[in-house]
Amino acid sequence: MPVKVAPTNASPTPNRRPARHTVHHKGAIVGFLAPFIVVFGLFYVVPIGYAIYQSFFKIEREGAFGAPQQVFGGLSQYATVFGSTEFWSSISRVLIFFCISIPIQLGLALIFALLLDSPVLKGKSFFRIVIFAPYAVPGVIAAIMWGFLYVPSLSPFPAIAENVPLLGSQLVLFSIANVVNWVFTGYNMLIIYSALKAIPYDMIEAARMDGAGQLRIAWSIKIPIVAPALILTGVFAIIGTLQLFNEPTVFRTFASAVESTYTPNMVVYSTSSVPNYNLAAAYSVVLALATCVLSFTFLKITQKRAFG
Amino acid sequence: MSGGAAGTTRHRRNPGGATSENPISVGGATLFMVICATYFLVPIWWLFVASSKSRSNLAASDGLWFAQQFDLWKNIGDTVSFDGHLFVQWIVNSLLYAGLGAAVGTLLAAMAGYALAKFVFPGREAVFNVILAGVLVPATALALPLFLLFSKVQGVDTFWSVFLPSTVSPFGVYLSRIYAAASVPDELLEAARLDGAPEFATFFRVAVPLMIPALVTTFLFQFVSIWNNFFLPLVMLQNERLYPVTLGLYAWNSQTNQAPELQTYVIVGSLISIVPLILAFLLLQRFWQSGLAAGGVK
Repeated sequence: MPVKVAPTNASPTPNRRPARHTVHHKGAIVGFLAPFIVVFGLFYVVPIGYAIYQSFFKIEREGAFGAPQQVFGGLSQYATVFGSTEFWSSISRVLIFFCISIPIQLGLALIFALLLDSPVLKGKSFFRIVIFAPYAVPGVIAAIMWGFLYVPSLSPFPAIAENVPLLGSQLVLFSIANVVNWVFTGYNMLIIYSALKAIPYDMIEAARMDGAGQLRIAWSIKIPIVAPALILTGVFAIIGTLQLFNEPTVFRTFASAVESTYTPNMVVYSTSSVPNYNLAAAYSVVLALATCVLSFTFLKITQKRAFG
Repeated sequence: MSGGAAGTTRHRRNPGGATSENPISVGGATLFMVICATYFLVPIWWLFVASSKSRSNLAASDGLWFAQQFDLWKNIGDTVSFDGHLFVQWIVNSLLYAGLGAAVGTLLAAMAGYALAKFVFPGREAVFNVILAGVLVPATALALPLFLLFSKVQGVDTFWSVFLPSTVSPFGVYLSRIYAAASVPDELLEAARLDGAPEFATFFRVAVPLMIPALVTTFLFQFVSIWNNFFLPLVMLQNERLYPVTLGLYAWNSQTNQAPELQTYVIVGSLISIVPLILAFLLLQRFWQSGLAAGGVK
């Protein structure tokens, strides 16, 4: 993983620690760690455990009017999850979304970062701030704003909005992807840009001495060095895409083409408002697992590519 | 850029070399960036212009320029006072959820990250890996089980149901650990210990000042993620007086068919609610950029 910590820096006072089994400052360690561990346990670990637990139950009624009872259902909720066409079409929808949105988002972020890092561009801090500014706009508000820009009656570009069905079932996924890219491109640009700034100047200068142009330097030196940062942004993009909820939920108020089960998280939400908590819990578990597996696999594959 | 001077001398010595200072690439790059910057700015500009218009002018006038009548202040007044200052309540709620939540979250993450960086104890890596795995867990997958758990203790539809889960920042622990390991020298801690300072005093007086960039970064990104949070409040809250501003504006926007005057309030409210974050990012730029560099590179 690119997120490993150098262990050498982290070990205190190696010369004064006589044996492995003596732990110094036990009280302090507990005091520093306990508060975080408690909230992490209560609001991260326990909910995950509880969702898994809930997903093994189902609601049964005795007769049509009997009181509902929660009984052990084994894997029956998971059978429903894997048999649900709504759920799978929502998954394939976010995968399509990923393919149309992320290459553009990360590609542009990389180009912006390389330009900000090159001597070619003037007015760097202006561009950096302007491109990053949308990150300060909450997804819900960005979606409301772009929604108004897409609606023909309000759009400042009526020629486009009236003739292209931006909110129709064919294009609405692209329209949502545009909102997400508008918000996150600048954030990814900054992560890549920070990595670029850490490249030693001598390395770039040596390449210039050898007659390499800016494009060649970018392609052969800069991009390989920032590959870990690109991977990190890629993983965040996977997590973000699978969680897609805010923007399409807002778009339901503008576009009838976005149904209540448009993305996996919207399936979870609409199932829990039925309410069918056990099934919704099973959806959550599958979604969380899928997210972890996908981002982990992505890390593994790209690490092999990036680091040989 | 530090390399500017060296770059020009180099260029002068080798005028035939295809270096970047070539005016065509400079012009091309600038043009490209201007077009892209326009794309990123236009929606915010539109929001500002639209906020200054009455409802009849909104559809009637050019979307990217002001109408003859400048109604921004009147619109802000109407939005703020509508329905018993509901919008003010939402802004206050968001500030509390995000401000307090990020402050508490940053403190907890900083202490944990510091302990993981500067103390050796059995199971340290295991604890860190579990926390790191938490970064990969989608926050929205937690919302539903959190709702079920809070309803067991009658905690749903309260301030705490949104506030407490927001104080957990596994990413903050990760960043604090990296930053503490790299920028807090063991010698300083040893010196403080030899002076007999208690561990907590050492942390606050010696380590925290050195960790400021990481702390500001953690705070800001935690603040943004709580400020942007929508799913958790949507699941938890019924009482609109407890809504954060995102949920409130969403609720207004869903009612514009029945109450068209809400449309102006949604537009003005959106403008008001993005201003604090943009300001915070601009003012604290110096801090979070170095913090981000530490987190992204290593």
